Amino acid sequence: MSMSGRGLFGRLDWLTVFLYALLVLIGWVNIYSTTLVDPNTSIFDFSTLYGKQLFFIGLAGLGIVFVLFIETNFFERFASIFYISSLVLLLGLFVFGKTIAGATSWYDLGFFNLQPSELAKVTTALALAKYLSDIQTDIKTRKHQLYALVVILLPAILILPQPDPGSSLIYFSLFFVLFREGLPLYYLGILLVMVILFATTLMFGTVWVAIGLAIFSVLIFGLKRKSVKIPIIPFIAIIGASVLFSLSVRFVYENVFEQRHRDRFALWLSLEKDEKKLEEIRKTIGYNTYQSEKAIESGGFFGKGFLEGTRTKGDFVPEQHTDYIFSSVGEEWGFMGTATVILLFSFFFLRLIFISERQKSDFSRMYGYGVISILLIHYFINIGMVIGLLPTIGVPLPFFSYGGSGLIFFTMLLFIFLKLDSNRLKDGI
Amino acid sequence: MKKLLLSSIIVIVGFTFIGRLSYLQLFRFSPDQILDDPAIKKIYDYPERGYIYDRNGELMVGNQPAYDVMVIPREVKPLDTLEFCQLLGVDKPTFIKKMKKARTYSPRLPSVLVPQLSKEDYARLQEKMRHFEGFYIQKRSLRFYTTNSSANVLGYISEVNEWDLDNNPYYVAGELKGRTGVEKQYEEILRGRKGVKHIQKDRFNRDIGPYKGGKLDTLPEQGKELRITIDKKLQEYGERLMHGKHGGVVAIEPKTGEILTMISGPTYDPSLLVGRQRSKNYSKLHYDSISKPLFDRSISFEKEPGSPFKTLNALVALQEGVIEPSTKFRCYNGFYVGSQKKGCHCGGGMRDMNSGIYQSCNAYFAGTFRKIYGKFQTTDEGMDVWEKHIESFGLGNYLGTDLPTGRPGRIPGKEFYDRWYGDGRWSSSTIISNSIGQGEVAATPLQLANMTAAIANRGYYYTPHILKSIGNTGGIDPKYTEPHYTTIDRKHFEPVVEGMANVYKYGTARWVQIPDINIAGKTGTVENFTRIDGEKVQLTDNSVFVAFAPVENPKIALAVYIENGYYGSRYAGHIASLLIEKYLKGKITRKDLEKRMLEKTLEHEYAKPLSGEPFKINEYVW
Repeated sequence: MSMSGRGLFGRLDWLTVFLYALLVLIGWVNIYSTTLVDPNTSIFDFSTLYGKQLFFIGLAGLGIVFVLFIETNFFERFASIFYISSLVLLLGLFVFGKTIAGATSWYDLGFFNLQPSELAKVTTALALAKYLSDIQTDIKTRKHQLYALVVILLPAILILPQPDPGSSLIYFSLFFVLFREGLPLYYLGILLVMVILFATTLMFGTVWVAIGLAIFSVLIFGLKRKSVKIPIIPFIAIIGASVLFSLSVRFVYENVFEQRHRDRFALWLSLEKDEKKLEEIRKTIGYNTYQSEKAIESGGFFGKGFLEGTRTKGDFVPEQHTDYIFSSVGEEWGFMGTATVILLFSFFFLRLIFISERQKSDFSRMYGYGVISILLIHYFINIGMVIGLLPTIGVPLPFFSYGGSGLIFFTMLLFIFLKLDSNRLKDGI
Repeated sequence: MKKLLLSSIIVIVGFTFIGRLSYLQLFRFSPDQILDDPAIKKIYDYPERGYIYDRNGELMVGNQPAYDVMVIPREVKPLDTLEFCQLLGVDKPTFIKKMKKARTYSPRLPSVLVPQLSKEDYARLQEKMRHFEGFYIQKRSLRFYTTNSSANVLGYISEVNEWDLDNNPYYVAGELKGRTGVEKQYEEILRGRKGVKHIQKDRFNRDIGPYKGGKLDTLPEQGKELRITIDKKLQEYGERLMHGKHGGVVAIEPKTGEILTMISGPTYDPSLLVGRQRSKNYSKLHYDSISKPLFDRSISFEKEPGSPFKTLNALVALQEGVIEPSTKFRCYNGFYVGSQKKGCHCGGGMRDMNSGIYQSCNAYFAGTFRKIYGKFQTTDEGMDVWEKHIESFGLGNYLGTDLPTGRPGRIPGKEFYDRWYGDGRWSSSTIISNSIGQGEVAATPLQLANMTAAIANRGYYYTPHILKSIGNTGGIDPKYTEPHYTTIDRKHFEPVVEGMANVYKYGTARWVQIPDINIAGKTGTVENFTRIDGEKVQLTDNSVFVAFAPVENPKIALAVYIENGYYGSRYAGHIASLLIEKYLKGKITRKDLEKRMLEKTLEHEYAKPLSGEPFKINEYVW
């Protein structure tokens, strides 16, 4: 202990803590503004949504204290057990789950609905870091790549049929951890190809995708220089796999996705050809996006002021306090507010990357990257959706959106990392 | 590279977001987006639609209250659907369908669930309404008719459709708009202007007062009442006479151009297109392909005018100086076009203008027509002169009345025949049928009435119109008070009018004289062809009559066109004489004639080409 003249609190990265607190505060202010029903009630009235959120913030605070006082090694040592427990919890949903808004994603704990998919984000990040940092793991080998893939995809696969495609999409972000640790970047290329195959299959159907691939192959072989040798069998295997993937897209789209999910893609990719149906989708599914865009637009540069927003109140934008909280920032605080929030988040993420890179322990660095990946993809999908760049995918904005599970587990996710960071100098010894 | 991947993604995403946000908040931003701001509620204040009176100040169209059941879907609480449906008088599937439609339109905004309840239904429903949350009753105003006539003249109103909403920013879904007739023509005057109040709602959806202090609010402007030129009594009487007959009747006051009566037979009761049965009734009228009651024959039905057209040819010949009233032509019970003989029913012998008109001699007018063309070097030249004269009577083009429908009729010029036969492949003998109002000329009953008015005025007419005044005086477009002079000199009218007066005294209509009234008229019996399965078939002649009275000081000029009414005096002549008597005397002395006209129908004639059975044309069945 000779080298730590300062205590735990001295070693914590206070800049990150400050950014975190700022984001939570701005989030809560906007939740207050959108869910205020009667101005005479106290902010501590737990029957109101903003009161509840305040309570959740308190719980998250307790969680922070809890995390900070736990022995650092604890997380690394028990990572596998956490991971397996959360898989069990996800499995248990099939039997004991509570259905809210069509998705069986919650355990009813009486005072609180626990969403294990939020917990699993933390445990998966831990487990992945643990596995990758193992002295025997070499991410350059196929076998270990496959194992890492299994660690990432197991929870995603369990979450998909809840159905909650949004949450299961989140897990794919953990690939960034693998890229950092040396997974060749062409895997990112594969991911991109899969996204393109997914979209084109929905737009044109498997038959046309297959025809397109065939034409592509002919072009490749026709135009290549004689000297370039393309291994025939792997090439055919790739094309075959693409067609299979395309077929499975149809299957997943028709059988796993629900109509509401399909409608979103229909709107985004202009799949629906029937004008009437498209109009109906616009008015129902696309309604949120339209209203939220309008609300953000109406804020202008300076915004309408705190509590002065008119569009983001009442039920004009459904999910206003959860997934669409950012539109309230846009309306009441204007471009000043939205740009500030974007800058805060960007700075926050860059700071986390900086912290990750200074870790001496592989586990800590890898976990750090997991934390960034998970938070970043939430931020990307959520704001992208609210400002009308991405299809409607229901994921919360970290630290901002209303909701207990989300806030508490995002906080734990972050503070476990800060705890690891506070201990980085010790690990070196 | 691998260390920079995530950092660069963060930066790129940040820039993309800020770019999009500046597009939304800086570029697309405009401070006054109240049109679709859900926090600003618009409340409309609808003025009452203006009443419509006839020329004598008798009410024709007023308003009656009606009650719409409205629904705001998201405020609806679970309810006893069965009981509610019973109260509303709709069945359950309809109810569910309508609820779904309302929800699709908007869960937050009110939609009409059941339109236009009767007073009885309303009374029953009113007491129980408070049990059904999310539903309420909205009063609105419907048309109320004090007459069962004039449906096509008055027109009807109906809810605005998608097209109206896209093309006229004034209208909001659910509002009413004039569709045909006077209701359409004077829509903006009748409807007035609705007032708008903008109410600012607070975050709790409560009204907190006018938006921007009411700066953008407007007051409603009352709809104005109209007085139209129709004589309600005459119109009603005429429609009774037209019972069971297809055709058009138009009567005009020659001194003003005011339309006294405009009848299309068969017609319908305007009340049919009001209230809950509206759409059912409308389909019934719309799909009646035999009677076509929604088709206004008085103004849109263009056909060969027949013999009344002869009077114009006489006038043109006099004007061009090619004949004198005393000029005689011989009738060989017909006349020859080349070697082909065309018939005539006048009895034969020498005919001058007087007897040519009152006996309606075809040979006389064929001769006259030839003389007109004979004056010019080429047929083209003659055609131009003839066309110009005829068109000065308001034929061959839209008259420019203040009614939203109508047809131009046709006066064929040389271009028409060049197109029809080819350049230079026709001559005056090709077009000889026009001399007797057959052939290629066509006119609507309105145009025939107007032509008669021009003769009655001895040389000019006022554009026929339907608006007498807005309110009690004024408001009439100056173009309806300017006389249009024909190209015929006044002095040439007397001989023609004399011939027309003799039609009644000695001629083809001597059976329909009215005691003490001098009438000038002209019968017409128009050959009538149609196509059945692609084959040209002749049907019973159309019966036409034009007349004005009294001869010395004309107060009414009218045209009666009865489809398949056989010869001119038979239906058209009788109806015309009854109408003139009714208008000038106020009562009918010839009760048996009246009774016959009221009772006789021509339904059997209209069924002929459709029944598929063989039939005789022009059979004499009284």
